[in-house]
This record gives sequence, structure tokens and C-alpha cells, in this order.
Amino acid sequence: MILDPVWTSLLYLAAAVCFILALRGLNSPRTARRGNLIGALGALIAVVAVFLSSRLENVPWILGAIAVGSAVAAPVARRVKMTQMPQLVALFNGVGGGAAALVALLELSHAQDPWVRLAIVFTLLVGAVSFAGSGVTFAKLQELMTTRPVVFPGLPAVMTAVLLAAVAAGVAVILTGSPALAVLLLVLGLVAGILLVLPVGGADVPIVISLLNAFTGLAVAASGLVLGNVLLVVAGTLVGASGTILTRAMAAAMGRSVAGILFGAFRGGSTAGSTAVSERPVRSSTAEDVAVLLGYAQRVIIVPGYGLAVAQGQHTAAELALALEARGIDVDFAIHPVAGRMPGHMNVLLAEANVPYEALKEMGEINPEFKTADVALVVGANDVVNPAAKTSSGSPIYGMPILEVADARQVVFLKRSMRPGFAGIENELLYEPQTSLLFGDAKDSLAQVLGAVKTL
Amino acid sequence: MDGISLLTITVLAVFVGFEVVSKVSSTLHTPLMSGANAIHGIILVGAIIVAGQAADPWVLAVALLAVVLATANLVGGFVVTDRMLHMFHARKEVGRKAAGTKETTGKMEGK
Repeated sequence: MILDPVWTSLLYLAAAVCFILALRGLNSPRTARRGNLIGALGALIAVVAVFLSSRLENVPWILGAIAVGSAVAAPVARRVKMTQMPQLVALFNGVGGGAAALVALLELSHAQDPWVRLAIVFTLLVGAVSFAGSGVTFAKLQELMTTRPVVFPGLPAVMTAVLLAAVAAGVAVILTGSPALAVLLLVLGLVAGILLVLPVGGADVPIVISLLNAFTGLAVAASGLVLGNVLLVVAGTLVGASGTILTRAMAAAMGRSVAGILFGAFRGGSTAGSTAVSERPVRSSTAEDVAVLLGYAQRVIIVPGYGLAVAQGQHTAAELALALEARGIDVDFAIHPVAGRMPGHMNVLLAEANVPYEALKEMGEINPEFKTADVALVVGANDVVNPAAKTSSGSPIYGMPILEVADARQVVFLKRSMRPGFAGIENELLYEPQTSLLFGDAKDSLAQVLGAVKTL
Repeated sequence: MDGISLLTITVLAVFVGFEVVSKVSSTLHTPLMSGANAIHGIILVGAIIVAGQAADPWVLAVALLAVVLATANLVGGFVVTDRMLHMFHARKEVGRKAAGTKETTGKMEGK
């Protein structure tokens, strides 16, 4: 059965509207799940429409390929641990970019118009960058390779050479339409993607995922221009635009510029003056002391960070909150926008541990409330509570918005060691008189404190 | 469709994209990223069209690879986003669960 083109266009329009509603629904926790289902419905409508609207060959093969793709992806998506979410998102993003690049490659033989060839070149390059970049991102997050920035002498020169070669190959493809040159362009894109992500440090990788997500969106939009398919143009552009905004919002939450992250250096330059103070005494505490402090407080604010996510201690943290609430204590979680291994990741981890989203307070909302808190319990976070971000203009994190835990009457840090956070700078707050520290793995420490609270 | 219409649609889509996520709370950054990620899996439509026109077996093979990759992006993206969002509970619903846990804790203390 072949649908009339008008009906196809209407179905594509319906799918595009579904995608817009999906993104809008994701703005609020109440409507998010429904929004996502509307998006999936839109995708279903679009796929059915393409089968009904054109005279396709090889349909059994295509259906088989769809079955294979679903059979691989759905179980992985269903089983993945919430702590491994960022790398899975990176992986799915990468394969999308790869698919866009392959589509563009195959369309080259039909393209005579130089503008269409330009769109093909763009899709090839950006899709390949996204594919390879996401692959490296996945490897970093899965710890298949070092999470430290990988930099070698001459990296900028190599990158420049690769990009110039890519531009030259792109121009040649537009002029000649040669498939061999297109394959060369694809390879150059892959190399560029790897070089782009290698110098990025582990804690910044999530922002790169968001950026590559926007890249894939743009590649899909360009492939829509190649195929003359309005739905691909709209969906790709939506993702490209929203991904760009999201990347900028996340970078702003870390007080960084996107360019600064990509070049692996802090905006402020060197990490000067960081090592001089490490010999100073701190007040070290025991799990029992911390339990007493928490158990007899009226209001406790827990500040979970990257260390909690790495130690997978979110369930223990949630149990501790319940145990304290059972004693009539008011407990909230203060979530810094970039806490966890991905912006917004901590919210997902705590949601998984059954903490209601109303107990998860955003930075702007919770900051005035630290003044009324008896104890701020900082679990595996450091840079996001470092007052140096406000006070010392020479600090590499200067300008990053922080959680104002210093306003609380008592501050307890659960830390693995005195090692500074990712930014490599000393936290003055650790030496303040109201601060005490409990050393150890975040999950173990929380379990000990929880045990001690229960015996109070 | 002519170039100018496509350009018009693209520009309008850019503004819709900016507008729709400009007020998103940081609470939902991860699901939003994952949801947007699923949406660009719609490249599947393009991959199907290319595979459906393929006459040469090599072209078909590459196109089918694109179909597999795009499907993984689309299906996996929506499934994982749904799973994540399923976990975001409101206070009321969990309040009851929390009460249950409190009772258990109480019994344990009694021992």
C-alpha cells in the first residue's frame, strides 16, 4: 500500500509535534514520563509512515535489521545500572551519529546538486566526529581507558592538520562527488572525534556527551536536507538546538566555558597556590560522633557528590535520610547541578533509591536554607562546596556557583582522603572550626553512621 | 521541497528547540539529554529510505548497518529514558513506603 504524499507529510508533522511535546514534557518531573512516551509514539508514527509511503525494496531485510537493533539495545537499556547511565547515553548517541554518516555516504551517488553535496559532507564529518568522540567518551566513563586528560605534544598541530585535511577533502567531495574521497572524509572525521575528546578530563566528559548529542542532532538535520525529508530536518534541528542550550547551561553550572572544557584547561589558567596549606590540622571524627551530631539535630541537609556516585552509596544515603526522618529530623538533599557523573545524574541516582523528588533541592532553592540547618553532611563532594569559588579570584573554580554549606552550624565531610577535588585546589572549609571529617569510602562511612544512628 | 521552505522550517525549529528547553530545571538534565538523544534516533527513517532503494548488495549491507545502529539509538534511547523517569516519585507515594520502612526499623531497634 502506498500512501498519498499529503498523508505522509501529515504523519511526519504529527511525529514532529510529538517530539516537541516530548522535549517540553521533560521540563517537569510530573510530565516527563508521559512526554517521553509521546516521543516514542512520534517515532513509531514516523517509522510506520515511511513503510507505507514509499515503494521500498528489501523490506524483509530492513525489518530484520530493525529487529536486530531492538534486540540488542532494549535489554541493555533495561538492565543498565543507573550509575552507568552516562556511558550508555554516550553509546546510543554515537551509533546515531554513525547511522547519519552512513546514510549520507550512501546518498552521495544520487546527489548532483552542490548544496546537497555540501549537506552530505557536513553529515559525514559531524556524524563521524560524534561516533568516534562518543566511543572515546564511553571508554573513559566505563574506565576502559584512563579518565585523566590525554594530551601529547603537538596535539593542537595534529588536530589542525586533520581539520584542514577534512575541509580539503570536503571541498573535493563537493566538486567531484567521489565516493573514495567521501570515505577519506569519514576517516578524517573519526580521527578528529577521537582527538577532540582525548584531552577532556573525566569530570568534564558528561558535558562533552551533551555537546556530541547536539552534534548528532545537527548531522541528522543535515541528512534530512540531503534526503529532502522534513521530519529529519525538524527532529535533528530540535535536538541540535536544545542540546546546545543544555551544554551551555551545564557548562555555566560548572563556571566553565565550553571552549575551556574542550581544550582541557580551566578558564582561570593555572591551579596556583594549591599545595601550600595541606599540612594544616583538621578535626577528624568517628562514625559515632557524626551519628550523635546528626541524631540530635533538627534540620540536616545532605550534599551528595561525585564520590557518592562512584562509591554507589546512594541507597545507603537514602536509608540514612529515612532513619533520621524517623527521629523527627527534617532532611533534605542539596543537589548541585553537576553532582554525579553527569549533570542531573545525582537526581536520577537518588530517585532510584526512592528519595522523592521534592526532597531533592536545587542549588538556588536550598542555598538560603543552609543558615537554618544544624548539620550539612557533605558526602563525596568537594569543589561544589568550596568557598574559594566565591572568595579567591585567582582560583581555577572562581565564579562557579557553589552550595553554601559554610552557613550551616556544623559541617561534616565524608571524604576518602585529604586529596583535593577534581579541580586540584585546597578547600578552606575543611580547616574551619565548625567542620569535622570522617575519612573512608563514602558508602562504608554512610553505613557506619547509619548503624550508629540506629543505636542512639 | 524547495530550499527556501526547508530553510524556513530549519530556522523555526531552531527557535522551538531553544524555547522548549530554556527553562528546564537541572533536576532533569540527565533524562532530557537522554530523551533528546532518543529523538535523533529518528535517523532510522533516513536509513530505511536508503536501504529501501538499495540495488547493490554492498550498498544494502551498509544501509542495513545504518538501520541497526539507528534502531539501537531510537529504541534504547526511549527505553532507558522511560526507566529513569519511572524512578522519579512524588512525595506522597513514597511517604507511604517510607512509613513502612520506619516500622521495620522500629522492630529492628526492639531486638
